[in-house]
Amino acid sequence: MWNFIHKLASPPHFYKLSAKMVPWFTIAGVLLVLYGSIAGLFLAPPDYQQGDAFRIIYVHVPAAYLSMMTYVIMAISAGIGLIWRMKLAHAVAAAAAPLGAWFTFLALITGSIWGRPMWGTWWEWGDPRLTSELIMLFLYFGYMALRNAIDDTVKADRASAVLVLVGAVNVPIIHFSVEWWSSLHQGPTLVREGGPAIQTAMLYPLLAMIFGFTFLFAALLLSRVRTEVLFRERRAHWVRDLVLSAEEAA
Amino acid sequence: MTGLLSGAELSLFRGDRCLFERLEFALNPGELLLVEGANGSGKTSLLRAVAGLLEFETGRIMWNGKDVVEERQSFHAELAWMAHKIGLKNDLTLLDNLRFETGLRSTDWSRLDSVLQRLSLSGLTQLPLRALSAGQQRRVTMARMLLTDARLWLMDEPFTNLDVAGRDLLTDIVAEHLANNGLAVIASHQGITLDVPITRLGLQ
Amino acid sequence: MPGLGQGLTAIIKRDLLLAWKRPGDVLNPLFFFAMVSALFPLATGPSPEQLALNGPGVLWVAALLATLLSLNSLFLSDHEDGSLDHLILSAQPLTLLAFGKTVAHWLVAGLPLVLVSPLVALTFQMPGRTVGVMMLTLTLGTISLSLIGSIGAALTVGLHRGTALLSLLILPLAMPVLIFGARTVALAAADDAVAAGVYFLAAYCMLALTLAPFATAAALKISNE
Repeated sequence: MWNFIHKLASPPHFYKLSAKMVPWFTIAGVLLVLYGSIAGLFLAPPDYQQGDAFRIIYVHVPAAYLSMMTYVIMAISAGIGLIWRMKLAHAVAAAAAPLGAWFTFLALITGSIWGRPMWGTWWEWGDPRLTSELIMLFLYFGYMALRNAIDDTVKADRASAVLVLVGAVNVPIIHFSVEWWSSLHQGPTLVREGGPAIQTAMLYPLLAMIFGFTFLFAALLLSRVRTEVLFRERRAHWVRDLVLSAEEAA
Repeated sequence: MTGLLSGAELSLFRGDRCLFERLEFALNPGELLLVEGANGSGKTSLLRAVAGLLEFETGRIMWNGKDVVEERQSFHAELAWMAHKIGLKNDLTLLDNLRFETGLRSTDWSRLDSVLQRLSLSGLTQLPLRALSAGQQRRVTMARMLLTDARLWLMDEPFTNLDVAGRDLLTDIVAEHLANNGLAVIASHQGITLDVPITRLGLQ
Repeated sequence: MPGLGQGLTAIIKRDLLLAWKRPGDVLNPLFFFAMVSALFPLATGPSPEQLALNGPGVLWVAALLATLLSLNSLFLSDHEDGSLDHLILSAQPLTLLAFGKTVAHWLVAGLPLVLVSPLVALTFQMPGRTVGVMMLTLTLGTISLSLIGSIGAALTVGLHRGTALLSLLILPLAMPVLIFGARTVALAAADDAVAAGVYFLAAYCMLALTLAPFATAAALKISNE
């Protein structure tokens, strides 16, 4: 087990291992998203309250969930990178940031589009979940801006790691905000006492979309980390060997 | 290698550049470690890494048998730092600057008058530091070192801005410190002549 | 060997002394605060209802911006003259010294805002009963901002275009303070219950007090490399 983790932390081994994982994740993701979209858009019945408007849930919920999950992944990677000085961990955090920012943006936009017919407003400044999701977007921007501003890679890694960990306070606030404060946003639908409060015909496509998005995210993340690793290790022998063997193969 | 201060398997990178690798040294009380090399060879980085301002890529520094990374606070309590930048506040007086040091580490304030006398700073105590010349400001950093009880002196290009008299004075002060069972690590492209065991570390 | 208390008082005294020698550092943000607050009524028109409505929000935004202005120089001079090396290498924990500098910063940049705020409340014709709540929330808020701001200042010290970056980094963490601060003062003006808002600000302040100095110290070591 430790051997596996130790190997995973080594850039060349990670590079080889991830090469096999990316295509599988992509296929799984595409299939699940395909099923989820078709079932969600056409097969699931219209909601008795919201009609067809509820269908945006199939994009909004996965995006919102991933926006937080990405931040958690970044925070954990940053922590591992800071404490155990694992360079690969820092690379994961760096690669994940733009993905997380896009998911957050997507969640906000789809949420706004959904909110217009539901709550009568594109945005509600006083709402805790909306505001804390917006805060999260700014956290992502700040992270990327800080990384950009520092030239030395090691220093940028460590400074941005501190920033990510400080901002991690925000994630539980978003998640629990709908329980702590009265909010326009509806309460938890899936993970609650008594089981999911949504009928199966709507539930299965939603689960498919969530898992599908996650697989696609994993594939994207791994690809980005691979690129990040290649760049960071560009002077190492294994990269040179890789390039040379690729040239020979071509 | 053993010594009160020792380092083994030390390597340091700045950006992509490897400054040095597999470096080792050992220093005992009364000894001087002289780090030599051209500009840009990594002398300053080595000194900063020994102090703990930078991190070595590999290897570790031991002080009194303990890893300095683990016993950081007690290591700091026993070292005094003199860098290229003066590390004093220009807006405050000489006296205010030195008084601040007493809050940071163990000092002996009763030595103040004799120290100032020796460094020819006695008449300048009420002036803001910016009113002093560069050489005088460096003497103030020397005063700061003399007020502490630190056993290990880490000095990066300490002769900067000193005239001949100043350089002789600093050399004498270092010699006395070493004679009192102190240790010193000095990075200097100028070299230093002393009648003590000197370990030379040359960097390319 | 100086104790923790001696170390803390030493750094606070030093920074206060430095601020005394450079009054601009205190007066500039204060002037900015007063200026922003004074310009708003000029721009939006003098109708008393509108002023009273906008007052809490404008006051708080002005306080936030003024604090942001003052934060950039928190670690700058120590970084430039090499004093930061000595703070890191001192026998005192860096967390303590970072906290001390933040305390001095609040005394110099935050406390004056709180003391001047009643005058600003006057210009906005905010009812007298709100002044107490306003000063309480501003105190809690500016303390939180100084603490959060010190993390940002430590991360960006010496960087090109540091102030803009500093503002971006602090903004997400300062937003809850701004929201609850302004909201609570508005509630006070409407004669509503303010306890919840004050509790939140106090809790946030406690969180910042316990966590920020450690983050600031870590960031200082990284920035100083």
